[in-house]
Amino acid sequence: MTEGPGLRRDNFDWERFLELLGLMHRIRAFEEEAIAGQKEGLVLGAIHPSIGQEAVAAGVCGNLETADLMLSTHRGHGHTLAKGADGLAMMRELFGRKGGTCGGKGGSMHIADFGVGMLGANGVVGANIPIATGAAHALKLQGSRQIVTCIFGDGAVNRGPFMEGLNWARVFDLPVLFVCEDNNFSATTRTREMTGGAGAGARAESLGIETTEVDGNDLTAVDAAARAAIDAVRAGQGPRFLTCHTYRMTGHTSVDPAAYRPAQEVEEWRGNDPIARLEVALRMAGIEDAQLTELHRSEAAAMAEIARTARETDWPEAAGAFTDVQDVGDPRERAY
Amino acid sequence: MTMSTYLEAGRRAVIEEMERDASVWALGEDLGRGGVFGQYKGLQEMFGTGRIADTPISEACIMGAAVGAAMTGTRPIVEMRFSDFALCAVDELVNQAAKARFMFGGQMRVPLVVREPVGMWRSSAAQHSQSLESWYTHIPGLVVVAPSTPADNLGLLKAAIRCDDPVVYMEHKNLWGLEGELPEGDHMVPLGKADIAREGRDVTLVTWSGMRQGCLKAAETLASDGIEAEVIDLRTLWPWDRDAVMASVEKTGRLLVVHEAVTVSGFGAEIAASVAEALHFRLKAPVSRLGAPRIPVAYAPTMEDEARVSPARIVAAVRKTMQPAEVS
Ligand SMILES: Cc1ncc(C[n+]2csc(CCOP(=O)(O)OP(=O)(O)O)c2C)c(N)n1
Repeated sequence: MTEGPGLRRDNFDWERFLELLGLMHRIRAFEEEAIAGQKEGLVLGAIHPSIGQEAVAAGVCGNLETADLMLSTHRGHGHTLAKGADGLAMMRELFGRKGGTCGGKGGSMHIADFGVGMLGANGVVGANIPIATGAAHALKLQGSRQIVTCIFGDGAVNRGPFMEGLNWARVFDLPVLFVCEDNNFSATTRTREMTGGAGAGARAESLGIETTEVDGNDLTAVDAAARAAIDAVRAGQGPRFLTCHTYRMTGHTSVDPAAYRPAQEVEEWRGNDPIARLEVALRMAGIEDAQLTELHRSEAAAMAEIARTARETDWPEAAGAFTDVQDVGDPRERAY
Repeated sequence: MTMSTYLEAGRRAVIEEMERDASVWALGEDLGRGGVFGQYKGLQEMFGTGRIADTPISEACIMGAAVGAAMTGTRPIVEMRFSDFALCAVDELVNQAAKARFMFGGQMRVPLVVREPVGMWRSSAAQHSQSLESWYTHIPGLVVVAPSTPADNLGLLKAAIRCDDPVVYMEHKNLWGLEGELPEGDHMVPLGKADIAREGRDVTLVTWSGMRQGCLKAAETLASDGIEAEVIDLRTLWPWDRDAVMASVEKTGRLLVVHEAVTVSGFGAEIAASVAEALHFRLKAPVSRLGAPRIPVAYAPTMEDEARVSPARIVAAVRKTMQPAEVS
């Protein structure tokens, strides 16, 4: 990374970036604890880590207000934390415990926290796009100043609902920001090999949606691009599209060794770590090493404490399996 | 005989059929790296990228393209990864594949196999745990298969690939590692034929897929109490082996259908109703069904287990069936 004019301390919003660095550390620490928890059998189902992609979560969601809405994917821990969800409740959800974000019913792939505008991760690729569009449709009907952000992977752009949702958002001029978090892979497949044309952004543009592409491992770039797009959406200018180029440092799931990627490619991306890059920028802006080290240490320690608390939490009551299915024809009234 | 897993048996079936018939090919996400469970491991190296085709994440187009390719002289194996994602391609399967031959006056057929792994697995929650076989049994034009042993996964998958009708082929995710003996040679299991997994005189358990094991376990427990359960593994749900079921219930006078899917509108209802209609006067007890309550599958094990049909629940349901009929 080269020193640009934006990196001098005098015009560098270092307090804000320190906060976002802390958030990125929190996200990484959460996933490192989750991966360790899975090895120990504490995390029960599959998890899809976003290690290496934290700048997208922090840079995009860091520009949203709590009242704004956000929809995520199966790889959604970072987005969810960045939107303001409680780390302990999320860890409990992954461990299937009481007090989990969804009471232990959903697990990693179905975390939602409506209290902070997080309308759900999703187990079905691309399914969040029409839902986000509909949420934006409702906001427009209500005359709200809130906006919706919909984050999805590069693989999702090959599903039909991508086209249908984007077209709809344009036609109805909806307050929604679509974010393609392009980590190069769809599970074990290199997305480029399965995608015609110039990819996500070009498709959005073909539907008349203004598009920006950024280096998704550069927090300052994601932050600036997201802010501009969000301002435009909030100003009533209709949908915007942002592609963030990044890389998934782990396998597709935490148990996937990802042997289908050349080691050298992974190494190169390791040298492009978004956390390390932001630290370099902050150092150049004059922030002391000690402060950076302390920030990392405190976030990691807090997350270790969260994991300890989560593992000591009780299991949810079995009877919860029958609650919140439906009102009319509630299974508890005439079980089976 | 060789020992093999259920997963490996399915892989062998694909290899044998692709070697036998050059018109057979497979398409789906991640197949080049062996598929999500390793069912296609090494196959792209053996057959090339044309016949083991990686696809975009485009379920509707995977299924739709297979329909077109099946109408055009090939025999596609459609890999849907999880039956839950096959729901993204229901129009292509139900409105197109299942109906084309009939609607177009029999001018062509749609010989495709849709592999869609089903069932509960470890904490996979509501979108990766479903058993929706009854939906497909409801659709005229479709064949529905749900194998439960390695040998059957070999023989039935081969039969499905050779079948000229569209076949919904539901492997159970929890059975991938199950070991069993595989016959040598061209092992075929006919579609529509049940397997008597255990003989017994007192009660007939009709089941399929992941529940075969549970029923056999329950039958052992019951045997120690002197109750001899006959366990029938249907293997194919449409067409189901009516003769085998009726013959068994004529002998035992009692029927319990056991499936992992939600009981309400499950395929057990069809079997129970058919037996009640045909054998009303031979029954010693009302026909009965055991399946999951009508709830989505939860993630946390305490709640997930509420949706699970365990051997203990099967034993309890059989005991109830064995009680003298109450007059109410
Ligand atoms: C409709 C559907 N098809 C297939 C899957 C299985 N699946 C889960 S994640 C994934 C890859 C998604 O890739 P991408 O959208 O780029 O997101 P990433 O995993 O890279 O974050 C696939 C194929 C699914 N969940 N939903």
